[in-house]
Amino acid sequence: MTLWEIDVYPAKGQPDLLGRNALSAARDFPFGHALRLQAAQGYLLQGGVNEQRIRAILNDLLVDAVVENAVIAPTGDPALVRPPGDFPFLVHVLPKPGVMDPVAQSALQVIQSRGEAVDAVRTMRKYWIGGIDEQQLRLLCGKVLANDSIEQVIVGPLLLRQLESASPSKFTRIVVPIRGLDDAQLMELSRTGQLYLTLVEMRTIQQHFRQLDRDPTDIELESIAQTWSEHCSHKTLAGRIAYRDENGERTFQNMLKETIFAATHTLRQRMLENDWCVSVFKDNAGIVRFDENFNVVFKVETHNHPSAIEPYGGANTGIGGVIRDPLGTGLGAKPVCNTDVFCFAPPDTPSEDLPPGTLHPRRIMKGVVAGVRDYGNRMGIPTVNGAIYFDPRYLGNPLVYCGNVGIIPRDKSFKKAQAGDWIVAIGGRTGRDGIHGATFSSAELTSESESISGGAVQIGNAIMEKMVLDVLLAARDRGLFSAVTDCGAGGFSSAVGEMGEEIGAEVWLNNAPLKYEGLSYAEIWISEAQERMVLSVPPESWPEFHALCAAEDVEATILGRFVPTGRLKLLYEGQEVGDLSMEFLHGGRPPVVRDAVYQPPTVEPLRDAGGGPAADGMNSLADALPKILASLNVASKEWVIRQYDHEVQAGSVIKPLVGVQNDGPSDAAVIRPILNSQRGLVIACGMNPRYGDFDPYHMAASAIDEAIRNCIAVGADPGRIAILDNFCWGHTDRPETLGSLVRAALACHDIAIAYGTPFISGKDSLNNEFSYLDNGQKRTIAIPATLLISALGQVDDIRKCVTMDIKRAGNPLYVVGSTYDELGGSHYALVRGLSGGQVPRVRTETARRTFECLHRAMHSGSVRSCHDASEGGLAVAVAEMCFAGGLGAELQLEKADYQPGESSNYRAVALLYSESNSRFVVEVDAERQTEFEAAMAGVAAKCVGRVTAAPELKIDLPVSGYDFCWDLASLKEAWQAPLRW
Amino acid sequence: MATPRVLILRAPGTNCDQETAFAFQRSGAEAEILHVNRLLEAPRRLGDFQIVCVPGGFSYGDDLAAGRILASHIRRKLADELREFKAAGKLILGICNGFQVLIKSGVLLADDAQGMPATLTMNESGKYEDRWVNLIADGSKCVFLEGISALTLPLAHAEGKFVARSDAILQSLDAAGQLVLRYTRSDGQPGNDVPYPQNPNGSQANVAGICDPSGRVFGLMPHPERYMDRTQHPRWTRGEGHDPGDGLRIFENAVRYLR
Repeated sequence: MTLWEIDVYPAKGQPDLLGRNALSAARDFPFGHALRLQAAQGYLLQGGVNEQRIRAILNDLLVDAVVENAVIAPTGDPALVRPPGDFPFLVHVLPKPGVMDPVAQSALQVIQSRGEAVDAVRTMRKYWIGGIDEQQLRLLCGKVLANDSIEQVIVGPLLLRQLESASPSKFTRIVVPIRGLDDAQLMELSRTGQLYLTLVEMRTIQQHFRQLDRDPTDIELESIAQTWSEHCSHKTLAGRIAYRDENGERTFQNMLKETIFAATHTLRQRMLENDWCVSVFKDNAGIVRFDENFNVVFKVETHNHPSAIEPYGGANTGIGGVIRDPLGTGLGAKPVCNTDVFCFAPPDTPSEDLPPGTLHPRRIMKGVVAGVRDYGNRMGIPTVNGAIYFDPRYLGNPLVYCGNVGIIPRDKSFKKAQAGDWIVAIGGRTGRDGIHGATFSSAELTSESESISGGAVQIGNAIMEKMVLDVLLAARDRGLFSAVTDCGAGGFSSAVGEMGEEIGAEVWLNNAPLKYEGLSYAEIWISEAQERMVLSVPPESWPEFHALCAAEDVEATILGRFVPTGRLKLLYEGQEVGDLSMEFLHGGRPPVVRDAVYQPPTVEPLRDAGGGPAADGMNSLADALPKILASLNVASKEWVIRQYDHEVQAGSVIKPLVGVQNDGPSDAAVIRPILNSQRGLVIACGMNPRYGDFDPYHMAASAIDEAIRNCIAVGADPGRIAILDNFCWGHTDRPETLGSLVRAALACHDIAIAYGTPFISGKDSLNNEFSYLDNGQKRTIAIPATLLISALGQVDDIRKCVTMDIKRAGNPLYVVGSTYDELGGSHYALVRGLSGGQVPRVRTETARRTFECLHRAMHSGSVRSCHDASEGGLAVAVAEMCFAGGLGAELQLEKADYQPGESSNYRAVALLYSESNSRFVVEVDAERQTEFEAAMAGVAAKCVGRVTAAPELKIDLPVSGYDFCWDLASLKEAWQAPLRW
Repeated sequence: MATPRVLILRAPGTNCDQETAFAFQRSGAEAEILHVNRLLEAPRRLGDFQIVCVPGGFSYGDDLAAGRILASHIRRKLADELREFKAAGKLILGICNGFQVLIKSGVLLADDAQGMPATLTMNESGKYEDRWVNLIADGSKCVFLEGISALTLPLAHAEGKFVARSDAILQSLDAAGQLVLRYTRSDGQPGNDVPYPQNPNGSQANVAGICDPSGRVFGLMPHPERYMDRTQHPRWTRGEGHDPGDGLRIFENAVRYLR
């Protein structure tokens, strides 16, 4: 048995891309500029193979002789430590044992299929380093080259002689004595067992087992903890809440049900036989009608805490996880597009400002983008929409929202597991990875999180999931199963528990295929290993189902059976290790009762940093435009977007980047999911955490308005838009924090009803705070209250869609909607360092009419381009339209509808930069102006100027005494430069 | 003559199979998507088809480099059948990952004494990119490009940089007229100087696609199946793009050749 090391270097003249990435990441650190580095991709192959066989494997599979060279020797051989230049240090980075290594897995599989005597493979990266000292090397390894939550670093020669292999675990049934514990001991158990349950919950469990006259086993406790976790049961928002604000007190029995679900219920009642909602807030994703044959499903999830610790793996498994939601909805939907929204701290945060235990935000952003890219692209699902939001408060706790849309035949939209069906697991094997993910995501992050919950961090294997997708849809079409769900948080425990809730289930845990030996029965049950689905397969379909999976190399295993007992019975090697009543598991959790309070802030006038009134002069107004365009939230995200395949499946209609140079920011994406139909889907989002600092009600209302108007701007039918909510909040144990969330939920209810736009699914992630010790003091950074609204619109005919880039000199430009003095939370205030002001509100009645009129005008074809006004207001909207279209504009903005406030005159600044909702800038076909105006009768739509051929943006405000002219090339450069990495 | 039958070869991780089948169907062919395991079990099934297409995606995850594992399977198990297939005057098309597979399996360019004469490797930019490119085509040699001199198509890949093992090999491929598809400048200026991102990956001689000496085996990095209709063009709302799209013409050429 030999452990062979193969180091693959770029051939002469070929770039060292691995090294280049490391150098670029190191530039955020002071030693980065002196650093010299050369890298190699390495493989460790273990087995009884001689050098000749190794060379054959190498030439066939591991090295491309046209562009690469390899050094090959048994580990420890001097040839492997001969530096390729003047490099005093050598560093190896290897995945920790047990961490998913898809490349090694593929390599091993194909090498073994050739009959070669190789029994283990591990990949690694090898770095030769110079220009820095030993102390800096340590920093480089920890902060740049490796992530010690998943990787190990070996400095100097690699002396490993053998790859670790796991040994089988000895079966012992573990009983946890709980009946005699006092409150302190119960809480100690909750903490040390990583159950993250409250005292009341622990007491309820204790009481339950006292009644049964026995103590629980470890697996029973784990099952209850998973099922009752915030992540799985949403106990806070679906719990009892006593809420108080300026309008008085209100008690909710189930807050979500009485606000967001209630709005959808009201709308469905109103629509009667025209109800196009199919399944809402029930299945893994919401379902609405698409056309006569298909429904469409949509789900957005968050994967915040894993992404904080290991951005690549966190985002990777985030997108992987949310794809399994539509796949596990009804009898399985075909994923047709992804959407991804991230929140990070500014990437230029100085490295010395990072609290202990955090990664640099630039590294987080690069890792997250790469994680989404590698998984989404490999799945063959276009990533068509997204947003990135920056705020320093996301430093220790970034947010990663991943969404997926799927289509499903109408008659496959519902499922029901049947008693007598086999419980079948397909896809990836079960390993120790992701243990305690569900309970961990419900806890607060601390600088210690990484060491406590390392197991919660995973790397995905997209190809496994693609293989699962392929067989699942084929099996669906052949009618081979009666229900399916994804293995997400809580693993088999949640999947089987949910599917069997109304039946009962018996599970034979030792049947689960394992990645390696040594897992206990409880670990098998709660592992969150990726790329697994659980199905309910009738015994008569099993042979065909199994054969189908085998034909495509997908492992399918009978894990147990649904039995009509109302009990969850868990066995390992024939011995009972758990026996819980489904009733207690799903209905036994004591209701969470929380107080929530909201104190509306008083509206202060806009003030500068010194507290004086904000002075808006000619220069500050002129300078603000390039500054807003260069602000991170507004700046071009092309660097990110281009790394995503947004065209696979060939359904792309409106791409994320549009315009004469394919680089303007589209309002929403449009895809055609069925290639021989002209019917389209529109995907958009809305979010503005800055408004939440003023009033979460208006933040939520504005986010909904933004998501909807983005859909309208490309041509979506306002009567067919469905939305999703994703609440990411801080600690809702604090009544004020929970109060702000309730406040936002109330807005969701009100606006959804007023717009006739139903919520069809949602998700919350609470406890998004980061704590660390600063000279012995505990410090906490709470994220700003962040509500993402994702919208799914529809268009009858994609050929009528509109983009935001202006099209032709001479066409008139209109401002649709009314402008108010709403600069609170605006990007104008941000770049000028102003505080106070009125946060934008939503006037639902006029907005709804505006959307309908504009849609009519678009449908008739008089609109040539349209862009919604959001961050940065009308000035930013027009500037973006101009540089996207490669044309200029001349505007008299004072012709736009303006509704002044009471106290002071903000006319000029408001018309330029106010972020009032429900507004658009519209370019109208010069020959069809009358037609457009007729369509817009009754709503504010004012012609304010025209498109010009000159490369400049001119805005006159004669009443206010201003006259601006910006050079468009400079504006575009300001917009593109900040994130052009 | 009968409707040509196309085999769309699918492996784990292939993800452009359905739209590629759609493009062939729309061009008048019958397309069947077949898992590579079925073909490895029964290579003679190739005889039922007149066109083999290896579509885009990430076969076997591209885990050991793009297309390499599928290419290795083909080398070991399908090489003879594919040689016969070619000799029978039939067509082979590789798109994106399919191009990577064809070049690494020796189906497009036969190995010489030192191995593969050319390869597709990591983009010069070091990253995956999705963008539209302008291309010039030499339709005189390659069946798939007949009558086509210029194209606009989207591409999306991380490993599309064409590299020949030596300048001599590059020159001989050029002289043989096999470098049939090349990135070109968006301003329409002629010449070999095509800067990034118009040459999106740093390919030598701006190569985007090549054919074998017969002109009946063709591999290209861009995705012709993503430009069948006007509404797939990135600037269709500006009046650009047309029906049928540039990409569809490649499939139509293949079908017409066999009719």
